[in-house]
Amino acid sequence: MSESIYDKYETVIGLEVHTQMLTKSKAYCADEYEYGANPNTQVSPISLGHPGTLPKHNLEVVKYAVKMGLACNCTIAEWQHYARKNYFYADLPKGYQITQDKTPICTNGFIEIKLKDKEPKRIGITRIHMEEDAGKSMHDQDVYNTLIDLNRAGVPLIEIVSEPDMKNGEEAYQYLTEIKQLVKYLDICDGNMEEGSLRCDANISVMLKGSKVFGTKVEVKNMNSFRNVQKAIDYEVKRQIEAIEAGKTIVMETRSFDAQKGTTFTLRSKEGAADYRYFPEPDLPPLRVTQAFIDDVKQQMPALPKALFHKYTTEFGLNEYDANVLIESKEIANYFEQILAFTKNIKAAANWMMTSVKAYLNEQALHITDFKLQPKQIAEIIALIDGGKVSSSAAQKVFAAMIEKPAESAENIAQQLNLIQESNTDELQKWIDEAIAANPAKVAEYKAGKQSLVGMFMGDVMKLSKGKADPKIASKLVKETLDKQ
Amino acid sequence: MENYISYSQISEALNSKKTTVTALVDQYLQNIESKKHLNAFLEVWADEAKAAAQQIDKKIADGTAGKLAGMVIGIKDNICYKNHKVSASSKIIENFTSLYSATAVERLLVEDAIIIGRLNCDEFAMGASNENSAYGTVLNDFDNTKVSGGSSGGTAVSVQAQLCHAALGSDTGGSIRQPAAFTGTFGYKPTYGTISRWGLIAYASSFDIIGPVTKSVDDTQLLLSIMAGADEYDATAIQEPTNDFSFDLGTQKQRIAYIQETLDMEGVQPEVKEATFKLIEKLKAEGHIVEAISLPELSYVIPVYYTLTTAEASSNLSRYAGMHYGLRSKNAVDLETTIRKSRTEGFGPEVKRRIMLGTFVLSSGYYDAYYTKAQKVRRVVANKTAEIFKNYDFILSPTTPTTAFKIGEKSNDPIQMYLADIFTVHANIVGIPAISFPYGNDNENMPIGLQLMANHKQDAKLLAMVKNIRPNIL
Repeated sequence: MSESIYDKYETVIGLEVHTQMLTKSKAYCADEYEYGANPNTQVSPISLGHPGTLPKHNLEVVKYAVKMGLACNCTIAEWQHYARKNYFYADLPKGYQITQDKTPICTNGFIEIKLKDKEPKRIGITRIHMEEDAGKSMHDQDVYNTLIDLNRAGVPLIEIVSEPDMKNGEEAYQYLTEIKQLVKYLDICDGNMEEGSLRCDANISVMLKGSKVFGTKVEVKNMNSFRNVQKAIDYEVKRQIEAIEAGKTIVMETRSFDAQKGTTFTLRSKEGAADYRYFPEPDLPPLRVTQAFIDDVKQQMPALPKALFHKYTTEFGLNEYDANVLIESKEIANYFEQILAFTKNIKAAANWMMTSVKAYLNEQALHITDFKLQPKQIAEIIALIDGGKVSSSAAQKVFAAMIEKPAESAENIAQQLNLIQESNTDELQKWIDEAIAANPAKVAEYKAGKQSLVGMFMGDVMKLSKGKADPKIASKLVKETLDKQ
Repeated sequence: MENYISYSQISEALNSKKTTVTALVDQYLQNIESKKHLNAFLEVWADEAKAAAQQIDKKIADGTAGKLAGMVIGIKDNICYKNHKVSASSKIIENFTSLYSATAVERLLVEDAIIIGRLNCDEFAMGASNENSAYGTVLNDFDNTKVSGGSSGGTAVSVQAQLCHAALGSDTGGSIRQPAAFTGTFGYKPTYGTISRWGLIAYASSFDIIGPVTKSVDDTQLLLSIMAGADEYDATAIQEPTNDFSFDLGTQKQRIAYIQETLDMEGVQPEVKEATFKLIEKLKAEGHIVEAISLPELSYVIPVYYTLTTAEASSNLSRYAGMHYGLRSKNAVDLETTIRKSRTEGFGPEVKRRIMLGTFVLSSGYYDAYYTKAQKVRRVVANKTAEIFKNYDFILSPTTPTTAFKIGEKSNDPIQMYLADIFTVHANIVGIPAISFPYGNDNENMPIGLQLMANHKQDAKLLAMVKNIRPNIL
């Protein structure tokens, strides 16, 4: 079989991810911001760029950026210098964006991505810098005019720029998944691509395998989901290879993704690209990030998914699949760990999370933070099982009933439902004697050597006890009683 | 009307019931009316001033009046005052009303100052003669054929002509001191960051500062003590307390340097030179050490100033784009023409020249050759200046090479116009305090201004020294 043209090439992908910070106020003023508010209601003279206004530092943004930098194993710069990026656009009231140019807050880091059936792969993080968002231009609301909503103007962003370490759409997808998981763990961004709080541009080029010179880079924008990033990259790689094979040259340009067609199209060529005339922002003196500040941020950071995964698979002895499910979100992991504060039975806690809790949340389309049961209550159910007070199946009933009455303890509910197992041997003996007395023929068969009949007698005992018989003790007693016949 | 040199005289007159705030305001309003031809005020808030005067008179009677009760102040048209128009003497925001007050204005109002109106200036504070205002030139009250100086021309003339007691200007390269020199008033540029820039329409952010024009150093001290100090709205404002500007140097002998180049320079008017030497001799006679020093870097200050200020201005003025407020061209049909035509129609020629210059020096390919280089020279000048202040307390020079020049004389020669700032830009490049005070007149009886500079945050000492000099007063 001849080699496919696509196999001759190597793909080089770097991503620029903008994440909107969840700070209470905007990057350089005190305006509050919430997605979906009425247009132009979350503004002030500062975010409107009125004459005479000045930006001011928002230390929360610095803190958030440091968090992300630490999570991505970056070096944190001591001095924060701010710069202006100048360009004219309708939704940029000041005519420039306050950003960081030559001195980003975080540099030289990496994250690891998980790939199916492969070792984790390290993706380099070139830089993370702080900047502010522009407003929103709406071209489709009015037939004749573009409408501008400046609520978003000045909302803090961090831009995370990767090294060109990714080779295909799948790796980009995994990279974005990791980034999203990190920002959500750190509570610095909600990671919602549809609402635009996480945005991604991809720089894509192809070169012949073994080549040392990168091909011409094309930037692709306007992808509103991780899957679309993957699709756009895969499409673009194919397009570039086919173009080169057809003897065409790739031009440096910005392309846009058409989600309907699954293709990309030219947005603008880079030759006519704007000269942003970066220069130091004279309104914001450099800000010092001390080691004490960094240490303080470190203190406030939650355990990150990678550390949790390690802990769950080694210390807790869970399998990788379970560990991955449990660390999927910080809230799930938190809940799981809170159960462990009340029980030593880690396996049981993991199982409850993986099965009943997850199933219930999925069924009800609830988030764990909206779950009515407290972690302590799950631990109570586990204790009932471990203490032999309820059977596993009875425990499911307790769980379901508890959701209706979350104020009550598991044991109370089990009692109300009459699910507490009978482990009193006198009580059990009565049911066993009754079962044996009712089946003399089967007793004879047992005596003749049919040991498996213990199961049948146990079934009868369970029936007679209406499920309350503690199966362990009961089965032992059944055997003893039969042997005495 | 009575010519009150300092606020203490007004205060005394009010306390002894020789006058009232209402009477003062009425007199200023009359003066403004009779001197309308000077074109100092762009807008007078007469009714408001009268109403405020009545209230303050009541407060005085009740003993609850602030430290500036009876102080009638004009503000340069680039300083924001809530619910009042502010246009930076430009067509591009001709009818813009500010939604907030500058910190400086806010602090004056708290102490019962009366803001009587907004004062003409060069468009966006770019100019040295007030000929760049979209609303006409301001005339010098001593000779109506001569310029007021600029950019705070209206500010200086309003004090010169007794249209108000004191006025606020802004100084980016000499815009307070140069017109003060031309009008025989005191013009003060504080240490950078002493007064919050919040509410000052930006020209060049790392140079700009608000300052007062007064008729006495006492008033400069008083106004400074009220306006200065940290402000959460300006990250570049000095954070530590800076409110004590009263300082007594006593008879302590000072070390004063004068830069030889400022007097050797071609184009320095002989009487200006004479006035400088006269003061040097006087200071020496009083026992101060006065020595000539050399600062060859002075020849770079004008290029450095115009490279850096235009760079910042090109960015600061990007917001005036016909988009969210201000002038929008009627000929605009789309986004690009809205921005382009609005700016073309809204800005005057000098502002356009500086925006283009600034855009050029920041553009890729030229950035290092111009902007970066100028930044380096700025640092060199700062270091050299710091060296000087290791050995001297003050630096003395003329404020300007000449006294007020004729209207139209330099308006077609930007380079000549830029040289009017040659002695003043130094302080802005370095961020140090500088004052222009009147010291004699030239042959045509036009006032001569001399400049004294001190090291960073030595404002109190600088003002005390000028008090000791006892300049001649109007």
